[in-house]
Amino acid sequence: MEPIGYGHRSDERLDATFTALADPTRRAILARLASGEASVLELASPFAISQPAVSKHLRVLERAGLISRSRDAQRRPCRLEAKPLAEASGWLEPYRDRWEGNFARLDALLDEFQSDAKHSKRAKRRRR
Amino acid sequence: MSAQAKLQLAIATPSDREIVMTRVVRAPRALVFDAFTKPEMIKRWLLGPDGWSMPVCDVDLRAGGTFHYVWHNDSDGTEFGLHGTYREVTPHERIVHAENFDQSWYPCDVVVTTAFAERDGSTTVTMAQLFDSREGRDAAMESGMEKGVAASFDRLEDILA
Repeated sequence: MEPIGYGHRSDERLDATFTALADPTRRAILARLASGEASVLELASPFAISQPAVSKHLRVLERAGLISRSRDAQRRPCRLEAKPLAEASGWLEPYRDRWEGNFARLDALLDEFQSDAKHSKRAKRRRR
Repeated sequence: MSAQAKLQLAIATPSDREIVMTRVVRAPRALVFDAFTKPEMIKRWLLGPDGWSMPVCDVDLRAGGTFHYVWHNDSDGTEFGLHGTYREVTPHERIVHAENFDQSWYPCDVVVTTAFAERDGSTTVTMAQLFDSREGRDAAMESGMEKGVAASFDRLEDILA
């Protein structure tokens, strides 16, 4: 049986993206870069890890295409690359839509039950 | 209710075999637990995209008990099902179950842990899905790809026909 829908064209890229995103330090680095480019030194400062360790994380992020590093400047600032992130979130988007729909219906159902419970409180008290 | 902030669904992928979903709902957890486990309530919300209903919802809520859901597309009559076995049931707190689509094109068990935590009258629902392989995760996710679960199951029907 051939696989359905979602093809394999960007599987490897997605693997690299998700592997890169699986680490909390790397997610923190990306969050920092979301507010502007930064050097390795600047990125290392909020973390209790060495500069070589941060460089290692940066290499993983760079391989996944999540960041790019300037070649020429002395401080080689890192910059967030939006495309793979968009691709990764696109992969989850239909799943998210489905569950947002489910939870919206759940909210309505729970509201209905809770307002019914309020209305029948007196009746319940009588039953007790 | 309208004055309150919109409740956000958070989805994380801690590894390539896991999807973790978190959502706060404004109700005590005993009621939320009922909504996740009582057929008459499940049928009202666990429907995916618009235009689907759930004619079959059998739940035997106990460790070792099984469940079976069948969804029905109200416009074209397409149906698909999901079945599973409860591994752990802690009332109002935690459910662990394994599940698989009835017409699965990739045999993969997904273990789903659903936890309910109440605070100030609201309940945080966390659903962690652990797939036995990345391929299994992809197969399950494909069911929601592109135009949603309906479209791919339409295609599945075509392939199986």
